[in-house]
Amino acid sequence: MNGEYIAAIDQGTSSSRCLVFDLQGRIVSLSQKEHEQIFPRPGWVEHDPREILRNVIEVVHGALDTGGITLRDLVAVGIANQRETTVVWDPHTGEPVYNAIVWQDTRTDSLCRKLGAEHGQDRFRDRCGLPLATYFSGPKVSWLLDSAPGLRHRAEQGDLLFGTMDSWLVWNLTGRHVTDVTNASRTMLMNLETLDWDDVLLDAFGVPRAMLPEIQPSSKIYGEAGDSLGGVPIAAALGDQQAALFGQTCFSAGEAKCTYGTGSFLLLNTGSRPVLSGHGLLTTVGSKIGDEPATYALEGSIAVTGALVQWFRDKVGLIGSAPEVETLARTVDDNGGIYFVPAFSGLFAPHWRGDARGVIAGLTGYVTKGHLARAVLEATAWQTREVVDAMNADSGIAMSSLKADGGMTANNLLMQFLADVLGVPVVRPNVAETVSLGAAYAAGLAVGFWPDVESLRANWHKAAEWVPKMDQAERDRGYRKWKKAVQRSLDWVDDDD
Amino acid sequence: MPKPIQSIERASAILRLLSGRTRRLSLAEVAGELGLPKGTVYGIMRTLLSVGFVEQDPESGKYRMGAALLHLGSSYLDGNELRTRALNWADWLAARANESVRLGTLHDGHVLLVHHVFRPDNSPQVLEVGALLPMHATAMGKVLLAYHPYLTEELGTGSLQRFTTCTITDPKLLAIELEQVREQGWAASLEELIEGETSLAAPIRDRQGAAVGAIAISGPTERLCDDAQPRNELVSYVREGARTISRDLGAVPW
Repeated sequence: MNGEYIAAIDQGTSSSRCLVFDLQGRIVSLSQKEHEQIFPRPGWVEHDPREILRNVIEVVHGALDTGGITLRDLVAVGIANQRETTVVWDPHTGEPVYNAIVWQDTRTDSLCRKLGAEHGQDRFRDRCGLPLATYFSGPKVSWLLDSAPGLRHRAEQGDLLFGTMDSWLVWNLTGRHVTDVTNASRTMLMNLETLDWDDVLLDAFGVPRAMLPEIQPSSKIYGEAGDSLGGVPIAAALGDQQAALFGQTCFSAGEAKCTYGTGSFLLLNTGSRPVLSGHGLLTTVGSKIGDEPATYALEGSIAVTGALVQWFRDKVGLIGSAPEVETLARTVDDNGGIYFVPAFSGLFAPHWRGDARGVIAGLTGYVTKGHLARAVLEATAWQTREVVDAMNADSGIAMSSLKADGGMTANNLLMQFLADVLGVPVVRPNVAETVSLGAAYAAGLAVGFWPDVESLRANWHKAAEWVPKMDQAERDRGYRKWKKAVQRSLDWVDDDD
Repeated sequence: MPKPIQSIERASAILRLLSGRTRRLSLAEVAGELGLPKGTVYGIMRTLLSVGFVEQDPESGKYRMGAALLHLGSSYLDGNELRTRALNWADWLAARANESVRLGTLHDGHVLLVHHVFRPDNSPQVLEVGALLPMHATAMGKVLLAYHPYLTEELGTGSLQRFTTCTITDPKLLAIELEQVREQGWAASLEELIEGETSLAAPIRDRQGAAVGAIAISGPTERLCDDAQPRNELVSYVREGARTISRDLGAVPW
């Protein structure tokens, strides 16, 4: 092995990134490029898969240039991707038949309600660990195949392929049509026990097996990247949140992390058996390293956290950049009595209410833009509180501290408030880019760059810690108001919407 | 093209004059330099004062460039913005140097700590973000002073506050050291704030090349120095970190 570096591609909701790491798991270089968020109508969210593919190749070359290294110095590439986002393409032309339908998209709401009409939202939960919700890929594929004549037929013949973003990238880079177990576990088409596509689910959603990728472990050499990336082995694929769990070295049952990005995702490693949640969390696959048994996880998915700051920046225009939200929020001492429930895609964990939409409650003439900025940040903390409570109830153990990562950990006001409302310390690791680190680790394990997961634990170091300072009465009062605001977001969507 | 507005031309001349001087100027001095009647200059100065482009010292009555103008220009960067952009590289520096990292900006004659990364040894540490540190006794402060000469004026001619036996208290000695900081592109505080602790800092520059902040590593003198001199390897890591962050801010690579 001549190379000294591993590259990770983090193909996220807002942007694509490439990070290059060395043997100690330290960042050598990074390159990032945002892609367009397409909103054809309210509630619909799409990406251009070709733009994403171009950007991915561009950022890999960008990171190499910045780091002063070449493709030959790379031992392998690992991919972490935004989950559930659905692409359907023609393998003969390589062209997608439609834009990628993003995980936040809610067009499949009536389909989900229809499928849940008789047996309820949890109709398929014991098979796939997921409630019927617009979030997951299965309903999106179904919608797509019905969206134009002839598509379903072509899919049945294998003339159309389905994939989440990992499959789309790996197919373009290596020609192989594969997906990893963690990504497959977000489709609502895979059986959690067998780790194979489930005929009952395929039938319910009307998705032909012929169009599906082969389910593979998360850490394994899938193939070599073609000309665009000079033959480098593609040796891992993981859903981004599972990659972060891995990057935070949560290798054992009981270890958890929360990633703060566009959305926020609390994941708890539950070991080698799937655990069904009684409190509104998802059961998902954590990772599968080569031939070892898969590990499972419980997940509290929060759809809108960083996305709310971006909306505040791009659509409302009261801040010029995302970090400015902290500056604006600090011009006031508290939220001025308002609570912002950003149910832009309905409410995800722990409520799973597709009928909810966003609400700002408690408005009076006293409220200023500073209070709005404050409420935007506090929304992330209160939503975390809800999923932490659910996680504690499911696991039977109270979390003693929260390992946080992701871009929003740069926001000190948010991190302190988070510690305050959770009542436990919040800790950030050195290397906030745990999504990329996890993909790099998984790829490195597949090619022998690192010997085993225990050797990776040595790389985890605490970079910051926020300790709770709020008194119990204030915390309880705030939570009470938050829950009232959540109630006001429900029952919004009508059949004729 | 419409005729230029005379009062704006005159206001620009006043601002250019003030920006070129490190010491404050009186109304008479400004009027004299520009060859304008005192009354005319006075009227423009009042307006510039009200919009914050000019500041007046309450004791001497003399004028200088105002903070609002500096913030408009290149030498101010919101601390939250800086922290967000520098996050990954501050982490990188902490891992590389194996010491704690701090980022500071100018604030009211002090260094405001806008970011703090723990030393990556999992030892108990407390987050110090928000702290205000003295400019003359810290490496970050010296870097910021070196690249903002008008600030040195504010330190005055009297003795500077002493923190340890090593603190530089004579402004003249400080000025000599700042000259060296400018020349070498980095600064050190050798036990000048806290006994036993040394820090090394380099400037973070923006697109216009102005020093908008400083990044530093800090730790026990015995780890950061060899024979009372900062270790070259560590100085180069700090400078590399500063350069990388500057590059991300759009600074011309150097």
